[in-house]
Amino acid sequence: MQSEELIVTEGGLEMDTMFVNMGPQHPSTHGVLRLGLTLAGEVITKAFPDIGYLHRGTEKLMETRSYHQCVVLTDRWDYCSAMTNNLAFCLSAERLFGTQVPPRAQALRVVMCELNRIASHLILLGTYGIDIGALTPFLYTFREREMILDLYEKCCGARLTYNYIRLGGVAADIDSGWVAKCREFLEFFKPRLDEYDTLLSFNPIFLARTKDIGIISKETAVAWGLSGPNLRGSGVSYDVRKSEPYCGYEQYDFEVPLGASGSCWDRYFCRVQEMRQSVRIVEQALAELPTGELMAKGVPKIPKPPAGEAYAHVEAPRGDLGIFLVSDGGAAPYRLHVRAPCFINLAILQEILVGKKVADVIAVLGSFDIVLGEVDR
Amino acid sequence: MVAKPVPGGQVVLTSTDYIIDLSRKYSLWPLTFGLACCAIEMMVAYAGRFDFDRFGVIPRPSPRQADLLLIAGTVTKKMAEPIVQIYHQMPEPRFVMAMGSCANCGGPYYDSYAVVKGVDRIIPVDIYVPGCPPRPEALIYAVMELQKKIMRMKLERTYGATVQAEKGSRDLTGEPA
Ligand code: SF4
Repeated sequence: MQSEELIVTEGGLEMDTMFVNMGPQHPSTHGVLRLGLTLAGEVITKAFPDIGYLHRGTEKLMETRSYHQCVVLTDRWDYCSAMTNNLAFCLSAERLFGTQVPPRAQALRVVMCELNRIASHLILLGTYGIDIGALTPFLYTFREREMILDLYEKCCGARLTYNYIRLGGVAADIDSGWVAKCREFLEFFKPRLDEYDTLLSFNPIFLARTKDIGIISKETAVAWGLSGPNLRGSGVSYDVRKSEPYCGYEQYDFEVPLGASGSCWDRYFCRVQEMRQSVRIVEQALAELPTGELMAKGVPKIPKPPAGEAYAHVEAPRGDLGIFLVSDGGAAPYRLHVRAPCFINLAILQEILVGKKVADVIAVLGSFDIVLGEVDR
Repeated sequence: MVAKPVPGGQVVLTSTDYIIDLSRKYSLWPLTFGLACCAIEMMVAYAGRFDFDRFGVIPRPSPRQADLLLIAGTVTKKMAEPIVQIYHQMPEPRFVMAMGSCANCGGPYYDSYAVVKGVDRIIPVDIYVPGCPPRPEALIYAVMELQKKIMRMKLERTYGATVQAEKGSRDLTGEPA
């Protein structure tokens, strides 16, 4: 801590501002984010997010890996929802190759990605509760999340880093036992959502700490390029699954939940409602699961796409995740760029934290649901 | 530990080493410190199904209160310095567990320009847990192995239990208990 400059309050009191470091080791920053906060008393006058503590150089590494090996590294960006990362990369690469994915693989991709959306939002519910001071929801949400992980494990063998969606299709098939188990989970899960509402969403203490905090107007949200539930919490209806459907999302009937005022609570509640919609999508996809191949024919072991570039984006649980791929005809991408939603969502902190109290920093930061693996890559 | 009947009850005879190690072993308090993907599996280990509390492993948010530093994730070059600082902020005896391939040797980022290839290059490590990420069961097994290791600690080797402040508990060898 060091004093920065002298300021004079309205009452004519002279005081120093103070510089406080939050992170990189802080239990509420959800990873290794460092926030430099300048305080006047208890009010923040300047906030500055310092990132890069988890920069692993993935984009550069991918320039030396083959396309199949790249999928492995995509798992580790947004590790709470590895499936959607796999999907974004594969969609982009498939565009480059011109591969047609068989219908069964498309439907399986949708099932897995929506289950992953639920699993990812469950992490947020649990950890946001902890940030605000409610320890109990964490234990409940992680119980349900374990059930999803069991389903994943049964299908592809991994709990967190799946590498399930591959170039041209998916890696493993599901059987009738899996479908029955998945339905069982969905039936178990639906009443649990109401339970979370009574436990956390409409808890008066939780409401008091999040309801009118961190309000982002529609215009500000769009101007800072927010996406995902953070944007929809402000009432802007933008969802890649609706505006640019991929994997056959146009066949499924679901709504895009919107928030009213753009406060922390709206962003949070958007996610709770999204889980309901995800349940609906999974049910529909399981009901009409096409039969047939899992992999497109003729994907080589070492794929060498024609020179060119491709961009594909998906609606990840944290927002609009896009992959831009450039190929020079070699076995590895010439350049790969990630439009990481967390990285872009994080930038708005420097504007909205100003004028808030110290205690609100945690509430605002938590409501953005950032994953540092994706911010820094 | 020996229990001897004496008139009016029993008296328990034990060595100081044994009783200190026993208490140390069942109150391993790790720092809540997640770096990357492995941290999610670490959180799962604290949650309902795996329930780390059964082993006396209760997370503490401050390094000053922690005995165990769980390096759960990729150690990047920018993060290396804070990690060393955190390590030095912990009171002795302190233990370090490298969780996941990244913390062991760099893992999938073995050829990255930004990653420290193994946390043992900057601080001494007691237990390595392989896997990417290791399952929570593996983490529990690692804690049990660390507990065995703690039972072999002896006061006579140094004052306190750790061999030397700077070496951490790396020189912790000796006959099995
Ligand atoms: S070992 Fe694997 S899961 Fe763990 S931090 Fe490294 S990449 Fe992530």
